[in-house]
Order: sequence, then structure tokens, then C-alpha cells
Amino acid sequence: MTLTSDAPASTDPARPLKQVHLAAHFPGVNNTTVWRDSNAASQIDFSSFKHFARNAEKGKFDFLFLAEGLRVREHKGLIHDLDVVGRPNTLAVLAGIAAVTEHIGLVGTLSTTFNEPYELARQLASLDQLSQGRAGWNIVTTHDAFHGENFRRGAFLDKADRYTRAEEFVAVARQLWDAWAPDALLADKTTGEFLAENAVRLVDHHGPQFDVTGFGTLPRSPQGRPVIVQAGDSADGRDFASRTAEVIFSRHATFDDGQKFYRDVKGRLKDIGRHRDSLKILPAATFILGDTEAEARERSREIALLQVSPQTAIAFLEQVWGTDLSGYDPDGPLPEIDPVSTDQGVTRGRVRHDSDPAAIARGWRALAEAEGLSIRDLVIRFAANHTFVGTPVQVAETINRHVQEDASDGFVIVGNTNPTGLDEFVDTVIPELQERGVYRTDYKPGATLRQTLGLPV
Amino acid sequence: MTARFHLGIGLDGAGWHPAAWREAGARPTELLDLAYWVDLVQIAQAAGVDLVTFEDAFGLQSSGFGGVDDRRDEVRGRLDALLLATAVAPHTSRIGLVPTVTTTHTEPFHVGTATATLDYVSEGWGGWRVQVSGRAHEALHVGRRSIPPLDPAAVAAGTDPAQTALLEQLFGEAADTVEVARRLWDSWEDDAVIRDVPTGRFIDRDKLHYIDFSGDHFTVKGPSITPRPPQGQPVVYVLAHQKVPYELATRSADIVGITPRDDAHLSQILTELADAAATVDRTAPDPLRVWTEAVVLIEDSTAAATAALARLDKAHGSTYTSDTVILAGTAATVAAQLLDWHARGIHGVRLRPARLPADLVHIVDEVIPVLAEAGVLDRPADADSLRARLELGRPANRYATTDADAAPTDSVASTSPADLAHHDLIGSARS
Repeated sequence: MTLTSDAPASTDPARPLKQVHLAAHFPGVNNTTVWRDSNAASQIDFSSFKHFARNAEKGKFDFLFLAEGLRVREHKGLIHDLDVVGRPNTLAVLAGIAAVTEHIGLVGTLSTTFNEPYELARQLASLDQLSQGRAGWNIVTTHDAFHGENFRRGAFLDKADRYTRAEEFVAVARQLWDAWAPDALLADKTTGEFLAENAVRLVDHHGPQFDVTGFGTLPRSPQGRPVIVQAGDSADGRDFASRTAEVIFSRHATFDDGQKFYRDVKGRLKDIGRHRDSLKILPAATFILGDTEAEARERSREIALLQVSPQTAIAFLEQVWGTDLSGYDPDGPLPEIDPVSTDQGVTRGRVRHDSDPAAIARGWRALAEAEGLSIRDLVIRFAANHTFVGTPVQVAETINRHVQEDASDGFVIVGNTNPTGLDEFVDTVIPELQERGVYRTDYKPGATLRQTLGLPV
Repeated sequence: MTARFHLGIGLDGAGWHPAAWREAGARPTELLDLAYWVDLVQIAQAAGVDLVTFEDAFGLQSSGFGGVDDRRDEVRGRLDALLLATAVAPHTSRIGLVPTVTTTHTEPFHVGTATATLDYVSEGWGGWRVQVSGRAHEALHVGRRSIPPLDPAAVAAGTDPAQTALLEQLFGEAADTVEVARRLWDSWEDDAVIRDVPTGRFIDRDKLHYIDFSGDHFTVKGPSITPRPPQGQPVVYVLAHQKVPYELATRSADIVGITPRDDAHLSQILTELADAAATVDRTAPDPLRVWTEAVVLIEDSTAAATAALARLDKAHGSTYTSDTVILAGTAATVAAQLLDWHARGIHGVRLRPARLPADLVHIVDEVIPVLAEAGVLDRPADADSLRARLELGRPANRYATTDADAAPTDSVASTSPADLAHHDLIGSARS
């Protein structure tokens, strides 16, 4: 997108400045994460997580964010080998990070399909206790047979039921999180009462997806219960999020699209009687910084070439064409052949957007011909399109404009190098936001994630 | 050289006696605070303890084996042990962290990646105490399996075929879960990440392997999402009291914890372990280590220890019983028992402090110096992992396709003297 630093945020003078909320996305297992960079370290070793988390905490981010993958991705029937591969277990590594941070929220992506509510609620409650109220849960509803092959029940869930299950899952989890009375723990050595009377309520849930009867094993955490994050984008997903989520991790990072999405979701909140501030909308955003805008653009091109290697460019096209294109020159024109229709796609283990491959191919060919783009150039356009490219001042002003004009409540910032990819952002963009009075200069002492996000307790 | 004797401490709540939380030194309001656990583990680490375990279950604590009771005078509420151990890990550097993880209702894939991640966060000091859930009410937490109430007496006696069948089913599932975890840990070869710029490849896909596990309870395709953990295979601990669990231990564990009441019982257990080993195909790396387990309560005199135990029992309103021996006495008598076990060829002990932190401090300050004096605590000076500390070696990767990977990177030393009753156990376990 084009950045302009000369357009100040147009705000209603009667309305106080909104505060920007930021999340730090640990670089994921996709082509955005550059591993060819000399700074790129292990995405598994704990030292990387420690650096990443402490840097984000230095930048006073609301929370750090971990994606999840429950199966190694495949491409053309083989394990995909061009991107970073491998992650630690989400919950376990967050527990480790809790021990080396004090203030930052810890949000993990966890499936409602390949987990059970009793166990996952307990694990999240444990993380919430260990972090003194800083846990969050990004709910995903992956349901396909490919992932199911790693789990007890396999491909048991119809796509149509994934949000039904997710909603019932969250309802059970909430009952378990709320099952202990606020003053349940007495631990009175003199009277010998460890628990108060009627301290723990039995959860007895019976629904289409779950039959759960039992006692939760932990009291309420300092923030009551973990913060719920959701990324669904379909109509069902938006409805689910507006009923259930407290943060939406959205795809709508451009200004106009962001405003439209923001209006839509906040409107849904009003329809169901939720306060508009009880749900924060944070689109994912990548960034490239430079001392001048020209330098940033040059770096953007350099990084894009690292993110889209010749091999990655061909593999990207193969996802749409559904067939082997290894004979094509990445620096040459797009294939003249039409896509092959397949039932399940050539790449498995990543989110697919259901569209018509033939139409996409026609559009891409037209674009490439009109602008003289090679295969690699075209793929860069789609797979390495950096959200914010500019000077720290420009990026800060753009973020602020999006927030003040209700295109978002902030962003999930995605760096491109692990684990130092957010260092420069923290050192240069954060001070600009702070100077504008729209971003915290420190955490509130003892604040929970819910408090840091300004959510109702 | 005198064989080494290894030391583990079993951590649970305010200690293993149900009234321990009422003792003057207890910290019952801190049991859900990370800082409390870090304090305890650091005390153990400073004294050179080899590992600590963290108790857990698939449900709320209860005084009996039946459903959750309505007692209000015992500790209730517990952190997930694997997450607790992983949160402790950044605060420690040279002590094994061995959480209890249930196999009955959990996902083997998640168990495999979580234990691997503990090993990464602890930089090679991770382990796993395998536990089954035979409680009918815990099955209702998931609601897709009906487990009939287990009768501990009938199980122990082995007289009820239905109960024995249930036990075999639960422990068979546990063995499958350990097998899945072990295959997942190996499903990436150590040198799978190549970062090869000319070919654009981050990994060598030929060094990632499908595990294709298929058993009675689940199938798991693999490979893991988590690369091979630092130890290759984190340490697996199985507490076992009878034939069926002995078979799990001899097949799947690195360490089996046994619970002898006395010397005669110890001999009987070792015979039963050897019998179990003869009937299973061992799938764990060799050797199998045999540790005893004991609850310990230590005071300056035997009379004071007896009085302390009586005080706790009175506070609780009943006489404390355990699945294993209760050593309530002086540090000298506890140390003498441990040295006696060591002399009988036992490789180590898991001590369960009756009171925390009091009895942990007594063990550290008073028992460990006696063992050190006896020369049984020498450790490899350069041990940089739990396996290295226990001289278990770093196992070869079962899927390795190159010579460098196929050979163990460390030699496996057995500390068991040849003339001991259980040597045959280890020998047969190897075949």
C-alpha cells in the first residue's frame, strides 16, 4: 500500500484518541519467514522464543502470538521443503515463555477439533495461572482428513459442524473456568479448611458435540479466564467471532477493506448487545522499514526475493494450477496451460481459499502480460506483498490512522526473520507511536492480558 | 569404582502427606505459583539431585480411588504438570524435569510434541512419567468411553478377569502412546534441517519420516511437527506395582519405579520384573534402570519423626498409608536404607517428601551428604543432559539412513553389577 505521512489522522475532536493495540506474531512456517538471511536462527530453540518475547515485551506489545500446525505440510504428495518447517508444541513453549516474561500476553493457536474441552481448558487455565493472568487462546477449527490422520478420531467432523463444535467447546471451557467460587481457596492452617464450602461446582454438559461431566482442577485466574481470539472470516466465522471472541485476528489490513470489516463486525456486536470495545480487531500486517521511503522500497524488493525463491515461485503457481510446473522458468512468462482441477489441492496442511483456479489463472496471466511480469515477479506481488513499507514515522502514522479512523484497533505485526525480525520495529516505530500519545509507554503493574487489551473483566 | 546411585524427588502439592499443607513451614497458598515450584526445584538442583517429578492426574485430586470426594481439608487444585515443568525449565540448568502425563484420554500426537518441547526448553533435561487413568469419573471428562469402576483390591489380587482385562487395556494403550511418542521423537533425523540456499530447501525431506503407527486405540501418521529433541529420546519413567505395569515398564521405560515393602518383597518384585521382561519385546533404548520409591519424613530423632507423623495423621483424622514404604526416621536411617538398596543393585530412588519444603530440605542437607560420603553420588562432570547424567547414552535414531546417524553418538554404560538378581532382567530386556 502507499504510505502518506502528510495526512494527519482525522479525528472527531470530541472523541479521545484511541489507543493502539499490537500483537507480535512469531515468524511462521510459510514463505514470509526468511531463512536464507544470515540473522535467521532456529525457530525451535528456546533461545529464539526468549529473544522474541523479551523484545516484544520491551516494545510493550499487548501479546505475542503463536500459530499452530498439526501436520507437516505437503506439496505434490511430498513433504514441503522450501519454507521453514517445524514448530514446538504451542502450549508447552508458551509455558516456557511465561517464565521469562512478566507483562506480555501469551496467545496460542489451538484447535477445537483435535482437542477435548476438559483437557484444553485445564491446560489453558494452567498457563493462565503460571503467567498470572496473561493467557489467550486463538481458536481454529481445522477439520480435514489430512490433519485428522495424526489424531484419535481422524476426520470425524463435517466442515459444516466446525463452528458448532467450536462454540460448544468454548461454552464447556467457560463453565470449567468459572466452576470455582472466587474465594474457593482458604488454605487455613488453623481451621484445617483448604477449600471453602461449596467451592467447586460440578460441570455437567451434554450437547451434540460433547458430554462432559466433572470438576475443573483450577480456580479462576487473576484475569478470570483466558482471552479468546478468533480469525474466522466467512459469515459463519464472523458470527461466531462476534458472539465468542474478544480479539479478531483479521486479514483485512488495507484501509478501505479494514474499515468495511470493522463496521461489519462491530455492527454484529451491536445486534447482539455486546459493547463495541469488548472485541478488538487486529489485522495481520508485515512491514519493511528504511531511513527513507526509497530505501524501504529497495529493502522490500530484496526481502521479497528472499521470500520467493525461484523454487517457491513455481510451488506457489502449482497450488493454483494443481499440477507439476517444474519445467517452467521462474523468470519467464506464466504457463499457457490451464489449471488441472483436483479434489483436495496440490498443497496440504495450509489454509485454502475456495476459488475457481481457472479464473485465478486467467486473471494472473492478464496481469502478468499487462505489466510484463515473470512468474517470480507475479508471485512476489501476491506472496510477498508487504503491508507497511516506509520510514518509522510513516509506518507509525499509518498504523495510527487505521486505528483512529476505525479501520482496526491495532495490528498483529509479522516479522520476516526469526527471532530478531521485530527488533527494528520496537526500536524505531514504537517510540513514534508513544510520542503521538496513542500507545502505552509502560505496562500497568500487574496488569492481566484482559486489562492490557482494555477488555471488560 | 563404586556404582552410582541416582536420586529423584517426587514433588506434589505441599508434600505427600495429605495434612502436610498445615505444617508451620508449608506454603499452601502458593501451590499454583510458579515461584514456589522454582524454589523447590532449585533446592534439589543445588544439592545435585538428578531429577524431579511432578504429580498430575486427569482430574481433581480425591482421597480415594472412586469419584471426587467432598473433603475440604486436603489440597485441591493442581497445575498441568507438563506445563509446570516447562515453565520451571528456564529457571534450571542441570536437573531432570519429569512431569506426569496421562495416556488414557490424551492425544498421543500432542503428548509427543509437548514432551519434545519440554526437552527443548530445558535444553536436554526433559522426561515423562507415564500414567494411566483408570478412574471411571475421569472418563466422563471426555465422555466417549465408559470405564467401569476399578476395584484396587481386585486388581491387586488379580482375581477378577474383567478388572485384569481393563488393566491390560489401559496399559496397552499407554505402551502404544509411548511407542508413538518415541517414533515421533525420531521422526526427524538430527540433521534434517539443511538450509540449502542453492536448491531453496530448508529441510532434506528424506530425513523426515512417517511413523505410520496403527494400534487398537489409535493410528498416527506423523511425522512430528517438532524436530528431534536434544536428548533424542527424553527419559521415560514408569511407576509399576504388578505384572501388567511391569510389562509396560520393561517394554517401554528408561526407568521403572518399584515399591518394595521390605527385602523379601524387593526380591519378589525383581523376579516379577524379570518375568515381565521375558514376555515383552522391548522397544525402549537399553538399559532399563530400576529405582525404588519411598515416602520420607525426617526429624532429628526417631521419636521426633514418629511424633511428627502422628501429628500429621491426627490432623488428617486417619493413619497415612501409601503404595510404597514410608521411611519416617532420622536422616541416618533413611540414608542407611538407600545405601542398602544400592548394595542390592538398585540404580536409584525416587523420594517423596512427606512435607514440602521441610523434608526436601532434610534430604538435601542431611541425607545427601551421607550418600556422598559413601561415594555413591559421583556424577559425570560434563553431563549436559538428563540422559548423560544418568549415563543412558543418546539413542540412535530408528529411522536414520546414514551411517553417522545409525551409530549411537554416546556409549551406553550399565551400572549394574553382574552378580545381582535383576541382572537377568536387564539382560532379557535387551534381547
